[in-house]
Amino acid sequence: MVWSWIPEYLPKFMDGLLVTLQLLSLSIIFGMLFAIPIGLVQVTGPRWLAIIARGFCTVVRGTPLLIQLWLLYYGLGSLFPSIPGIRESFMWPILREAFPFALLAFTISVAGYEGEIMRGAFKSVPKGELEAARAFGMSRFTVLRRIWLPRAFQNVLPTLAGEFVLTLKATPLAATITVFEVYGIGSIVRQETYRIYEPLLFVAGIYIVLTGIIVVFFRWLEQRVPQPV
Amino acid sequence: MPPNTYHNMSDLFANWQLLSFSDGGWGWRMLGGFWSTIQIAVGAYVLGLTIGLFGALGKLHGSTITRWLLEIYTTLIRAVPELVLILLLYYAGTGAINSLLDAMGHPPIDISGLVAGIAVLGIVQGAYATEVIRGAIRAVPRGQIEAAQAFGMSSITTLRRVTIPAMIPHAIPGLANLWLIVAKDTALLAVVGFSELALVTRQAAGVTHAYWVFFLAAGALYLSLTLFSNLLFKRLEKHARRGQPELS
Repeated sequence: MVWSWIPEYLPKFMDGLLVTLQLLSLSIIFGMLFAIPIGLVQVTGPRWLAIIARGFCTVVRGTPLLIQLWLLYYGLGSLFPSIPGIRESFMWPILREAFPFALLAFTISVAGYEGEIMRGAFKSVPKGELEAARAFGMSRFTVLRRIWLPRAFQNVLPTLAGEFVLTLKATPLAATITVFEVYGIGSIVRQETYRIYEPLLFVAGIYIVLTGIIVVFFRWLEQRVPQPV
Repeated sequence: MPPNTYHNMSDLFANWQLLSFSDGGWGWRMLGGFWSTIQIAVGAYVLGLTIGLFGALGKLHGSTITRWLLEIYTTLIRAVPELVLILLLYYAGTGAINSLLDAMGHPPIDISGLVAGIAVLGIVQGAYATEVIRGAIRAVPRGQIEAAQAFGMSSITTLRRVTIPAMIPHAIPGLANLWLIVAKDTALLAVVGFSELALVTRQAAGVTHAYWVFFLAAGALYLSLTLFSNLLFKRLEKHARRGQPELS
């Protein structure tokens, strides 16, 4: 085992860590924002919207993330340059990068998995509570904001830590489309130093620490959120 | 930026004949990749279930050291990304086997991608299966197992006749989920160069530049596999839960 390469590559790993954390947090935030309506319309929405949401969740959960990622990056990426004038537009520098494609793919993935969970969470809120809120004269939107959504979140909180860990463990896939997060940096070290195990073990160690932090954080958060009796 | 670009929007889906089964079509190669995917997934799943059953029994009834080792196994495997694990286990596994052969005076062998893929994914699955089966066994009422012992059944007979049949209804939802995970995780083997569906698709798309056609076709194949197995597991669960109250 040779570890002398660590000091040289440590700054790169810090950059990679930043990319990993950005990808993780942004895709969870955006994914959750989509997951709420996706879960909601399946419980209360019009039939055609519910069917679309259901189909979206089924397709996202039924195909490998790697295929989705490649479809977006190679497929969508090959499509953009054919749009006339796009090279001159202000969006071009963003569309040329790999990171937005990774972020899009991960956001869709989180929305699909979390949308299914939110559906169950919305469904499991007792009907009586919603009726009581309506009886108090709250508008449907106020019921959602004050009662339904907070109660649904209470239900999903225990599963959120798992979702974070799953998404964290999926982030190395982004390296296959040239996003250099922690694992991607590890691959660079492997190529440049010709060491096989050490960079992989080092990378594995980073993920173990990150997973530990996520688990401890959510345990702390769960204690702070009041639980229904 | 992806290397190749379309010049015309109408080129997008004009390439469906690339999927044909005649000469020059990728149809057979795609199906061949799909077949490898199914073989690896089934093999890894069976291996994972076996590890999971023994792991769960070890965690519940093993000695302190066994429990401790199993706890490390399940915790580490579940905390490290599958892609990293696949690379680590792949290199470490093939390296260890060849240095073992070397020490015994045999020439090194080329380990087939199929076997390596099954072994690697099976070890990963085993960690998750251990937790699922452990939870399912703990959900079996204590009295049933005690009753079996009171009838004079040996521990193997108790396991075979009572514990396993009684825990299966509790385990099926979790195990069905694990099957879907392993079916999709096979795509990760493309990264170590094993020619299953994802790698064949990537090669086909790279050669022909018909990215949409091939990635959508691959997605449809994976989706058909997961949807079909969903149906199967639903029927299995119904069968396993017969005589028990319906779940809401």
